[in-house]
Amino acid sequence: MIKVSNLYKRFGHLEVLRGIDCHVAPQEVVVVIGPSGSGKSTFLRCLNLLEQPTAGEVVVDGVNLMDPKTDINKVRQEVGMVFQRFNLFPHKTALENITLAPIKVRGMTQHEAEEIAHNLLAKVGLSDKAHAYPDQLSGGQQQRVAIARALAMRPKVMLFDEPTSALDPEMVGEVLSVMKDLAREGMTMVVVTHEMGFAREVGDRVLFMDEGRIVEEGTPEQIFNYPKNERLKVFLSKIL
Amino acid sequence: METVISSLPVLLLGAVKTLQITAISVFIGCILGLIAGLSRLSRNRVLSFLAVCYVDFFRGTPLLVQIVIVYFGIPQILKDIQNQLVQAYGITPVFENIPIFLAAVIACSLNSGAYIAEIFRAGVQSIEKGQMEAARSLGMTHGQAMRYVILPQAFKRVIPPLGNEFIAMLKDTSLLSVIGFEELFRRGQLIVGATYQAFQIYLTVAFIYLVMVVSFSRLVDYLERRLKTGD
Ligand SMILES: Nc1ncnc2c1ncn2[C@@H]1O[C@H](COP(=O)(O)OP(=O)(O)OP(=O)(O)O)[C@@H](O)[C@H]1O
Ligand SMILES: [Mg+2]
Repeated sequence: MIKVSNLYKRFGHLEVLRGIDCHVAPQEVVVVIGPSGSGKSTFLRCLNLLEQPTAGEVVVDGVNLMDPKTDINKVRQEVGMVFQRFNLFPHKTALENITLAPIKVRGMTQHEAEEIAHNLLAKVGLSDKAHAYPDQLSGGQQQRVAIARALAMRPKVMLFDEPTSALDPEMVGEVLSVMKDLAREGMTMVVVTHEMGFAREVGDRVLFMDEGRIVEEGTPEQIFNYPKNERLKVFLSKIL
Repeated sequence: METVISSLPVLLLGAVKTLQITAISVFIGCILGLIAGLSRLSRNRVLSFLAVCYVDFFRGTPLLVQIVIVYFGIPQILKDIQNQLVQAYGITPVFENIPIFLAAVIACSLNSGAYIAEIFRAGVQSIEKGQMEAARSLGMTHGQAMRYVILPQAFKRVIPPLGNEFIAMLKDTSLLSVIGFEELFRRGQLIVGATYQAFQIYLTVAFIYLVMVVSFSRLVDYLERRLKTGD
């Protein structure tokens, strides 16, 4: 589903990604962990070209993102993204947040889009909040709307960038449980997170990033119980 | 006091003209400002350079000078060109003079547009980066993201500064007196010329400006509060 080879990203003189190779199979859930500044967000953002890679190859669902002829807006319709800070549109209700792109980008009728939106809101447990504005919702609720918004485009892959880091602890669970459901339904997911419980439970594979490289990868069992890399051991000792 | 009362109708008609020219100029200025403001933010270098030139020129020179250029300067050039054409090709001259009202609208709109361009630019830039990213990540084009996500939020934020621009323009239209446009201040001047009651008349003029400005800023405050709760 996703194939990344030799991916480099530089911001000016700062080399943030230094040769990433990775492969995500359909329906696989890949969890990315690593210290702050190791390039996790940048890596994720290269997968839907929110950042333009400096060099390397990114292929998503058979489409080469580095090919200048690729219609990036088309690709992004197939790749949903959930942000740390939710980024809901504050001038629109939960329902409108969800229906905007299906109507304007996919060309759905308002009726079709609203039907999908209501189903998704039910799925994330927010049927009663359809007409609430983002500032009337808690962080956990906002993030669930944001997930529904991304799902409304019926993406083939979902990217999550620390979806629970901006939440109060009591709200982390409700967002993770939505993500677990999604994983169980077979969604292909790349998740940057510090929630090791989530990684163990639903992660098929864990990538440990450090200084712009993937320095160790394996099953959650291997990574958490039998880490080999020294920096991974240090990282785990700090966070577990 | 009597002079004041008897000149009130004339002054008030002048105030209407002042409001009229201000409203028209700020309205056209909004259109120019939207175009220039977005051009300035555009990735197209030529477009953004042109927008910078426009904004810098009209913010960097006094409105008074802009007014006289539009009313005295440009017609003169046009007439020179016309004369040459008449001599060279024998065409009949058509251009005589630019009407005062038109000159006033052109000068004030262009000036207002430059300030409003900066207001719009700041408004758009004040919207969190995450909004554009969220919109783009859903597959929207840059234009769609602007139209459905960024601009609607930016419009709310630019209302107070637009209100300030309106107030500034309302006062600055008094400069149109130099080309004889009979707005409030010009009418005051004419009355003073006839009655020599400078203190009373100019004080009245000032008071009328004050009433207009204060009521307008209350209106903007009210709108702002309405929009805040409307979220
Ligand atoms: N747009 C940018 N311009 C310049 N430098 C950037 C930009 N985005 C990220 N960086 C730098 O790249 C490095 C990696 O950033 P990135 O956000 O990918 O790390 P991260 O692993 O996601 O960290 P965190 O856990 O704190 O989110 C950091 O040093 C950051 O300062
Ligand atoms: Mg990050």
